[in-house]
Amino acid sequence: MSHRHTPSSRRLSSMQVRRAATSAAAACALMLGASSALAQDAAPFITLASTTSTQNSGLFDAIIPTFTDSTGIDVHVVAVGTGQAFEIARRGDADSLLVHDTAGEEAFVADGYASQRDDVMYNDFVLIGPSDDPAGIRDADSAATAFGLIAESGAPFTSRGDDSGTNRAELRLWDAAGVEPGSDWYRELGSGMGATLNTAAGMDAYVMSDRATWVAFDNRQNLELLFEGDDVLFNQYGSLKLSRERHPELKHDLADQWHDWLLSEQGQQAIGDFEVKGQQLFFPNADAH
Amino acid sequence: MTDSAFATALDLIVGLDPDLLAIVSLSLRISLTAVAIAAALALPLGAALALYRFPGRAPLIIALNALMGLPPVVAGLSVYLLLSRAGPLGSLGLLFTPTAMVVAQVILVLPILASLTRQKVEELHGEYAEQLASMGISRVRRIPTLLWDARLALITVMLAGFGRASAEVGAVMIVGGNIDGVTRVMTTAIVLETSKGNLPLALGLGIVLLALVGLINALAHLIGESTRRQLG
Repeated sequence: MSHRHTPSSRRLSSMQVRRAATSAAAACALMLGASSALAQDAAPFITLASTTSTQNSGLFDAIIPTFTDSTGIDVHVVAVGTGQAFEIARRGDADSLLVHDTAGEEAFVADGYASQRDDVMYNDFVLIGPSDDPAGIRDADSAATAFGLIAESGAPFTSRGDDSGTNRAELRLWDAAGVEPGSDWYRELGSGMGATLNTAAGMDAYVMSDRATWVAFDNRQNLELLFEGDDVLFNQYGSLKLSRERHPELKHDLADQWHDWLLSEQGQQAIGDFEVKGQQLFFPNADAH
Repeated sequence: MTDSAFATALDLIVGLDPDLLAIVSLSLRISLTAVAIAAALALPLGAALALYRFPGRAPLIIALNALMGLPPVVAGLSVYLLLSRAGPLGSLGLLFTPTAMVVAQVILVLPILASLTRQKVEELHGEYAEQLASMGISRVRRIPTLLWDARLALITVMLAGFGRASAEVGAVMIVGGNIDGVTRVMTTAIVLETSKGNLPLALGLGIVLLALVGLINALAHLIGESTRRQLG
């Protein structure tokens, strides 16, 4: 594209100079016009900080339209790890919070960032691994035993390593199994659940996943569900009303409608009706206490 | 799997999938707006850097050159902290909007446009300086003249900026939040589909993105060619 002229080959006239100035001005006007083309949408909406498991499984795509139909409120979901979701809410960048780390959620309320926390639904964590199961966890009698067997065998285990709800639950389970993870068989990825499953599939590693992401996950390669059903693998999701005192500028009234709808009969029904490949992935339990 | 990715890409394009159209149009609007704003600032800045000598000029040029390698995720994080409610511009409520994504991309594109413009204009000025001086044209008036004369090369410069803007994912993911129908663009959609393990769809989207960037480059090439012919 580069072009060169020697000064003698072409002469600049003063007319050319004027023309250049006019076209530069025209270009600027055009650019200003382009920049105003990004209009904001005007319908009422809230921003919800939530987890990758709820988004990747397709739950929100299934239930948010029902909520929007009955209230006229749209929900903008920012799906991140639970740790980052807490941080977004702490800074006042989301109107509502739906995560799965009950201990962390209760601390969030105690610290004054949220005024109320309620159970919404649950599912469970499952242990995934290569189908030939080198650690032999398929017949383990408990999750703690299974984790112990993986550590003993030295087979690779991929961990989220991102301070998400799943990562926090996994670390509690290593603790319960009396294992200090961190040797070379333990690979901390710092990734979301889906990316971690992709990596585990690539290196034939063990991995703990929430059931929803696993069922909806398409790139399984040699991976299989090897262990499930222990009570300690219970995975509770909670919704939080954020503090009006700390962040008065948030859309609390709209966010409260979302929170209350999740707990309502209609919301609980929508969650229970959601299926992927014929499997129910989330079990509503708002009335549990 | 590559076969099914191409089939998926073809299905997406031929079927004019409405979600895909929305994502493509948002990607284009955001990146083109970012390049337009960055160009409005960077072209005069680059030309001024080429023509004026002042203390601190060399460090400024080095800084702009270095910022061409700014990791998108760092740009994204800076804009996030700036626009977050707890940040200095939090009251504007711009986080997780397309505007925030434009801001982040302007920061990524501006150093590329300014650095390359400075280089082009400096070369050109070396050739024309005497002539311009003999015509009694002031330095300020020389800026638009030289930019106009370098316009063919500057189209390539702007394409480089557009390439950077449309290809990056780290910044728009952080400041946009990848919200379905609001801030989801081609690259963040590809990340999402990859994390769902839906690799054919992810690669299909990648092929669509590549085709789109190719189309824009072809258009720019045609514009450049026709201008060149007009000049004779």
